[in-house]
Amino acid sequence: MSAAFAYALVGVGLFSLGLYALIVHAHLLRKILAINVMGSGVFLVLVALGGRTREAQPDAVPHAMVITGIVVAVSASALALTLMLKLVAETGRAELPTHRRE
Amino acid sequence: MGAVFTDIPWGVGLILLPLAGGMICFLWPGIAKIAGLVTAFVVVLSVAGLGWQILDDGVYHHTLGGWGAPLGIDLYADGLSLLMLAATALVGLGVSVHSSGYFEGEYSARFWPLWLFLLAALNALFLSADIFNLYLTLELMGLAAVVLTALMGGRDALSGAMRYLLVTLLGSLAYLLGVALLFHNFGSVDMAILAGRVEASPAVRAALGLMSAGLALKIGLFPFHFWLPPAHASAPAPVSALLSALVVKAPFYILLRLWLEIFGPLSEGVDALLGLLGAAAVLWGSVQALRQTRLKLLLAYSTVAQIGYLFVAFPLAVAAGLTAWSAAAYLMLSHALAKAAMFLAAGNLLRFGGHDRIPDLDRVVQRLPLSTGAFALGGVAIVGLPPSGGFVGKWLLLEAALSQGRWGLVAVIILGSLLAAAYVFKVLGHAFTQASTPHEPRAVPASMEWAALLLAMGAILLGFLASPVLALLGIGDPFVASGVGP
Amino acid sequence: MNWDASIPVLVVASSLLPGLIIFGLAEDRVRLRTVLNLFGALSKLVLVGWMLWGVYQGHLYETRLALLPGLELVLRADALSLLFVTLSTVLWLVTTVYAIGYLEGSPHRSRFFGFFSLCVTATVGVAMSGNLFTFLVFYEMLTLVTYPLVVHRGTEAACRAGRSYLAYTISGGALLLVGTVWLYTLAGTLEFTPRGFLHGLDDGHRPALIVIFALLIAGLGVKAALVPLHGWLPLAMIAPAPVSALLHAVAVVKAGAFGIVRVIYDVFGVEFAVGLGVTAPLTWLAAITIIYGSLRALFQDDLKCRLAFSTVSQVSYIALGVAIAGPVASIGGIVHLVHQGLMKITLFFCAGNLAGTLGIHKVSEMRGVGRRMPWTMAAFSVGAFGMIGVPPIAGFISKWYLGVGALEAGQGWVVFVLVGSSLLNAAYFLPIVHAAWFQEPPDTWPEEHDFGRKETAWTLLLPPLVTAAIALGVGLFAWAPFSPLEWAKLIVAREFYRP
Repeated sequence: MSAAFAYALVGVGLFSLGLYALIVHAHLLRKILAINVMGSGVFLVLVALGGRTREAQPDAVPHAMVITGIVVAVSASALALTLMLKLVAETGRAELPTHRRE
Repeated sequence: MGAVFTDIPWGVGLILLPLAGGMICFLWPGIAKIAGLVTAFVVVLSVAGLGWQILDDGVYHHTLGGWGAPLGIDLYADGLSLLMLAATALVGLGVSVHSSGYFEGEYSARFWPLWLFLLAALNALFLSADIFNLYLTLELMGLAAVVLTALMGGRDALSGAMRYLLVTLLGSLAYLLGVALLFHNFGSVDMAILAGRVEASPAVRAALGLMSAGLALKIGLFPFHFWLPPAHASAPAPVSALLSALVVKAPFYILLRLWLEIFGPLSEGVDALLGLLGAAAVLWGSVQALRQTRLKLLLAYSTVAQIGYLFVAFPLAVAAGLTAWSAAAYLMLSHALAKAAMFLAAGNLLRFGGHDRIPDLDRVVQRLPLSTGAFALGGVAIVGLPPSGGFVGKWLLLEAALSQGRWGLVAVIILGSLLAAAYVFKVLGHAFTQASTPHEPRAVPASMEWAALLLAMGAILLGFLASPVLALLGIGDPFVASGVGP
Repeated sequence: MNWDASIPVLVVASSLLPGLIIFGLAEDRVRLRTVLNLFGALSKLVLVGWMLWGVYQGHLYETRLALLPGLELVLRADALSLLFVTLSTVLWLVTTVYAIGYLEGSPHRSRFFGFFSLCVTATVGVAMSGNLFTFLVFYEMLTLVTYPLVVHRGTEAACRAGRSYLAYTISGGALLLVGTVWLYTLAGTLEFTPRGFLHGLDDGHRPALIVIFALLIAGLGVKAALVPLHGWLPLAMIAPAPVSALLHAVAVVKAGAFGIVRVIYDVFGVEFAVGLGVTAPLTWLAAITIIYGSLRALFQDDLKCRLAFSTVSQVSYIALGVAIAGPVASIGGIVHLVHQGLMKITLFFCAGNLAGTLGIHKVSEMRGVGRRMPWTMAAFSVGAFGMIGVPPIAGFISKWYLGVGALEAGQGWVVFVLVGSSLLNAAYFLPIVHAAWFQEPPDTWPEEHDFGRKETAWTLLLPPLVTAAIALGVGLFAWAPFSPLEWAKLIVAREFYRP
C-alpha cells in the first residue's frame, strides 16, 4: 500500500513541478512540456490511487479514465504545438507576446 | 403523438446530430453553410422536444448502451440543464445565421465543422451526470473553442488562442486531480452517488479547492481573468459571441452542480471567498470596460464583470438559496442572449466600418439601425434595466442580498449596474455623432443584422417570462439538494 | 370576455404599436406617419374617455400580468391615475400636432416619432401603475426612451446633455430600485393601497423605513427636479421644442412628482409618513427648490433655460402640497399637477414658436415681438400670469389651496415661501411680457421664416392657444363638477377621510 501511496505523492510532485514550470518559463515549448508533465502527474495519481484496493486486482476504472485522459492530452498537445508553430511563423518568436495596452 | 415524443431519446440526438452535421460539413465543404444551418435548427427543435418530454415525465434520464452508473455513461437533464441547453440552442441558431453571412470560402469550410463540434460538446456537457464525463466534455469544448478563436489567424488571435489553450489545459488538469481524489475516496464518479456518500475530510476539501480553482480559471473569475479579454476580443465576432455567451458558462454550470450536489454543506469560508472575488470582478471588469476604446475589448471586459455577478450568488445562497440560485441562473441566460447579440452587432459594425474604435462609430444609429438597436437592447439587459432578463436576475439578487442585510453586496450590485450603464451608453452616444474621418462603408447582409436583433429581443423577452422560466428551472429541484437552504 | 381587464393594456398599446410601426417607416412617408400618430393619440383619448365614464359608473379597470413569483405587473385606473393619464393623453394629442409642424422637413422624423410614442407609452404606464413594481418598470423605461429624444440632433452639445441626463436618471433609478426591493423584502407586497400598506410592520423597522423613504424620494426626486438633483433639466433644454414641452415640462418631471404623491399616499400613507418624521424634511427640500429655481430663473437670458428653472421651482409645489400633509394643501399640490402642466406646456410651445419663426432664443431678443406674433404672445401671457398666480388662471387656484392648507396645518412659514415665489415669478415673467407688448421691435429678427400673412403655421399656433384656453377654463370653472380641482378633492378625500 505504501508503494502506491508513494507513486501518488510523486504524481502530486510532478503536478507541482509542472505548474511551476508553466508559470515561470516564457518559451512556449517549455510551457507545453510543463502541461504534459502535469498531465502525467495527474494520471500517475489516478493509477496509483487505483492500486490501493483490498483485492489483489487493482481497480480498472481509473485505468480507463487515464487512457481517456491520455487521448485528450495527445490531441491537446498536437493542437498546442500547431498553434505554437503558427505563432512562430507570425511573430518570429515562440513566446506569448505581452498584452498590448491600447 | 405524446408517446412518440417521449420515446425518442432526445438527449442522444442532441449530441449525435451536431457531430454528424460537423462530419458532413468537414467532408463536403461546399454544402457546409446549409448543413450547418439545418443542424442548428434541428438542434433547437430537439431541445423543444426534450423540454416537452421533461414537462410530461419529469427529469430526463438515459443510460447509454444500457450500461449505467457507476461504470457506464448516464445522460441526465433537469430544469437547469434544459434551460442551459435551450440557451445554447437559441444562441447557436443566431450565431449560425450570422456566420452564414460572416464567413466566406476557406474560413467557412473550417468554421462549420468546428462550431458543430463545439455544439456537440456543449450539449454533452449539459447532459452529463458524472464528474469524469464533465471533464471530458469540458476538454473537448475547450479545444474546439481554442481553434475557433485562432480561426482567421493574425497575431492577436493566435496569441490569445495560445494563452487560452494553456489556461484551459491547466484548469482541466486541476479539475481532473480533484476528480481523482473524489473517486479514490468514495468509489464513484457519478454525481448522484457521490452526493450521498461525501463527507468532510481533508481530501474532500483539497478536491473542492482544486476543482473550484480549475473551474474558476476556465470561467475567467477575477483574478484568473487575464486570458479572457485578449481571447474574446481577437476572435472573429461570431466566435466571440459563442465564447462569452456559452463557453464561459459551461464551467460555471459545472461548478454550480458540484456545489449544489456535493460540496454545498462543506463550504464555509469558500462561499465568502467566491463572493468577494465576484464582487471584485464586477467592479474591476466594469471599470476596465469603461476605459476601453475598442468595442470588442469593452464587451470582453463586460463579460468579466457579468461573471462576477454569478459568483455574488454564492454567499447569498447560504440563507436565501432558491432566490440566489434562481438569480444566478437567470443572469446566465440573460447574459448569454444579450452578450451574443452585442458581439454579433459589434461584428456588423466591424464589417461595416472596417474597425471597431468606439469614438469613430460615425452615426451608425441611422446607417445600421438594426445593429445599433440590437446593441442597445442587449445593453439594456446587461445593465439590468426593466423589462429584461437582466432586470429579473438583478431583482432576485438584490432581494436575496437585502433580505440578509448584506449592504456591501447591494452596493457592489448597484455600482456594477451604474458602471455598465456608463459603458453601454458611452458606445450608444458615439453612435449618434459623426466621426472625425468619414470612410466608405461596406454593406452588411440583412441576415447578420436580424440575427443580432432577434437575440437581443430574446434577452428582453426573457424579462416577461420569469414565471414560466423559473417554474421550468424547478423541475427536478436542482436547487434544493444536499441540504442547501430554500 | 372581460373587456374591463383589457382596457388599461389597450391604453398603453395605443401609443406603443403605432410607435413600433413608425420606426420602420421610410423618412418620406409623411402622410402615413401623421395618420399613425394622430390615430394613436385619438384612440388613446377615446379609451381614456371610456375609462373615465366607466369609473364614474363604478367599473373597475385592472390588468394583471405575473412578471416575477409573487410580483405582478398591474395596470389600474383609480382616481389619481386617471388624473395623470387624462392630462398626458390630452397633452400628447396637442403636442403631436405641434411636433408635426415644428419638425417639418427636418431629418430622422421616423426615429423621433417612434421614440416620442414610446415616451407617452411609458408615461401612461407610470400613470396607471397599480403597484410600486410596475411603477418602477415604466419609470425606468421612460428614462431609456427619452434619451434618444434628448440627443436627437446629434450635436456635441446634445450628446453632452444626453450623458448628463442619463447619469442623473440612471443613478436615481438605481436608488429607486434598491428602495423598492428593500421595501418588498420587509413588507411582502408593493400594491398601492390608500393610506399605505406598512401598518403591520413593527417599530424595529423604523430606521430601515426612514432610509427606504429617503432612497425612494431621492430616486423620484431626480426626475421631479428636486434640488440638488435638478442639474439635468436645464441641460436637457437642448432638445427640440416639442420634447422640452411635453417631456421635460410635463411627462418626465410629472412622473417624478406623481411618484412622490404615490409613495406618500399609497405606499407609506400620510399618517404613517408623518409618524416616521419624514414629511418635514421633504417640506423643507421642496421649499428650498421652489425658491432656488425661481432665483436661478431670474438670471437666465436663454428663454428655454428660464422656463426650465421655472419648472424646477413649480413642480416642487406638488411635493410641497403632499408633504405638508394636510388635506387642503394636498388638494393644492395634486391639482397643480394638472395646472402646471397646462401652463408650462403653453409657455414652451410659445418659446418654440418664437425660435422656429423668428429665431428668437433669448429673452433680450423679445422686445416688441407681441406686434409680430400677437396670438403666440397672448398665449404666453396667459401662461405667465398663471405661473405668477393671477386669478382666474389655473395657477391661482393651486397657490390659494396651498397657502390655506399650509395655514390650516400649522405651517405658516410656507405662506412666505409661496408669496416669495410668486414675487420672483413676477420678477422674471412680467418684464418679458412688458417688453413683448410695450417696447419697440428691432429692425430685423435674428432669423425670420416667412409664413405669408399668417403669424406662423397653424400647427404651431393652435396648440398653445388650446392649452392656454384650457388653463384659463380650468381656473374659471374650477368649481364645476368635473374640473381637476374637484377631482383632486376626491383623491384627497379617499386618503384622509374614512369612506
